[in-house]
Amino acid sequence: MTELLGIYNYWIYIILMMIGFYGVIAKANLIKQAIALGLFQTGIFLFYISMAVVDDGTAPIWTTVGDGAVKALGPYDNPLPHVLILTAIVVSVSVLAVALAIIINIKWSYGTIEYDEIAAIERATEREEGDADA
Amino acid sequence: MLDIPLDIQANLPVLIVLTPLLGGVIATFTGRGVLPWLWSTLVTGVTFALTIQMMMTLLASGEPFISYELGNWPKWWGIEYRVDLLNAFILLVVAGIGFITTVYARLSVQDEIPDDRHNVFYAVWILAITGLLGITITGDAFNVYVLLEISSLTVYALIAMGKDRDRRALTASLRYLILGSVGASFILLGIGYLMMVTGTLNMEDMHNQLLRMPDLDTNRTILVAFALLVVGLSLKMALYPLHMWLPKAYTYAPSAVSALLAATATKVGVYMAFRFLFGIFGVGFSFYAMPSHFVLLGMASLGIIFSSLTAIRQTNAKSLLAYSSVGQIGYIVAGFSLANPNGVAGSIVHIFNHAVTKGGMFMALGAIAYRVGGTDMKHLRGLGKRMPLTAGALALGGLGLIGFPLTAGFISKWYLVSGALDAGMWQLAVVVLIGSLFALVYVWKIIEALFFGEPTGRTAEATEAPLSMLIPIWVLIGLSIYFGVDTSFTADVATRAASSLLGGLP
Repeated sequence: MTELLGIYNYWIYIILMMIGFYGVIAKANLIKQAIALGLFQTGIFLFYISMAVVDDGTAPIWTTVGDGAVKALGPYDNPLPHVLILTAIVVSVSVLAVALAIIINIKWSYGTIEYDEIAAIERATEREEGDADA
Repeated sequence: MLDIPLDIQANLPVLIVLTPLLGGVIATFTGRGVLPWLWSTLVTGVTFALTIQMMMTLLASGEPFISYELGNWPKWWGIEYRVDLLNAFILLVVAGIGFITTVYARLSVQDEIPDDRHNVFYAVWILAITGLLGITITGDAFNVYVLLEISSLTVYALIAMGKDRDRRALTASLRYLILGSVGASFILLGIGYLMMVTGTLNMEDMHNQLLRMPDLDTNRTILVAFALLVVGLSLKMALYPLHMWLPKAYTYAPSAVSALLAATATKVGVYMAFRFLFGIFGVGFSFYAMPSHFVLLGMASLGIIFSSLTAIRQTNAKSLLAYSSVGQIGYIVAGFSLANPNGVAGSIVHIFNHAVTKGGMFMALGAIAYRVGGTDMKHLRGLGKRMPLTAGALALGGLGLIGFPLTAGFISKWYLVSGALDAGMWQLAVVVLIGSLFALVYVWKIIEALFFGEPTGRTAEATEAPLSMLIPIWVLIGLSIYFGVDTSFTADVATRAASSLLGGLP
């Protein structure tokens, strides 16, 4: 039991990610889908940050100690995943920006951002094209 | 070999990515008119020349690979670029197709994209090629993810730019964005789990660390990483049934973009699968410890059959070719999941053969859209009389899709079927034959419309496509015939790359 609770941030990452995944699949509103996608990616950031943790770790600060040698202040968390996630956050912001730009364009040309209404409009277009062919 | 300055020669790997990266940013400032196109032709041309030089350097060096450490950081700390025969070949294909489609794009883009957006279009276009080249050349797992997102984001934007012809480009692009981001996130998670066990991001290092693990086949973390990576990569390369984003994206994207995507984007996805499955996890784990034969071969076979059947039902030639692309990815995946020399070689050869064939065919359809205004079957009807050279290119490309002898498609299917028989998988050989039969049906649909129909409407007044489109089309279609007759270069590279992949060299 303590083993399961001890890794609670991994549980939170899975839960966050699945809420996001559900939103991406189940929500018809395109903005909600974009938000859910953001949540999905944020869950992954939490995963990367969690795996960097070292017991009793602090920030990775190296400094000059008494005898002139450069040493770490103590055990420190792995800084590499933090740096990676900084990049991934930038990527996720860009994805959201592109998504919103496309959604704005969809609103302009379809007049709605509800997926089922858009699908109905597209089906009507396809029927018209089919009639024109015949 | 050309006499080029030593600093360029020494920094060749990074220049292949840096040139288009900077060139793409500069393209934003090239203003209007013909300048954005001229600039991108120059940038993609130089990049292509660099990849040729890279290939020649590699072949001349006699080494199995050339390693390059970015900023002179040791490779286990910094990012390593690593060029071996396989990715030198893929780089050559991506940069070559990138250059040829750029040459072709001028009139098509003028016709389909508003004038004030040309600079942005070409900037994003070059950056998309940058991302694809970067994924191919890097030897660092996280770098793959970053460059994957660069290429994906730019591709979403490129597809959405088809909105002035058909607003459905927007929904197609958003759909791809959501599925593509979920796929990329799976890849990011998979890389994270791998890093947890191995403590490194360098692909070679990862492979060595994994081999040293005593519980490699049962370690839960590695199994999860493998599952996430396989799903994410399958989404990116549009393996059936994760292909749902592809047909609409290819259909409604601007013509030049469809040609570029069909020829390069999914192929680089397959290349990533090579790197992860063969390079990092190793053949023993990916194909013998895991049931990949069963899963990947099954998906690939279903893809070959069902997407070819769907292709037959399409009334728009562009979406017909798009569904056919899903089927062709099936052949490529089936080839490498056999994990024997002939199968993997067939897969590599088919990456090239399908890239030139499909690229050429999508460009021919773009030329038809330029002259006639659409790519529905009704637009194609009787076009053989009005645009014989374009229609001929389309028909020859179609023969390549079927795998007709003396076309490049035949060579890849030959390798595939031999690989399947080597592995004792006669069922796969049957699937390949059925797929070719269906391909015959959908290609015949195009040929029948082109040569046996009576032109109506705008088709009746159409004239032959302009030379600036015809030359790139025929270069690609010509290559697909040339490499069907003289296979020494492609088959040699593919066989050698296949044996190094199977030898477990990352």
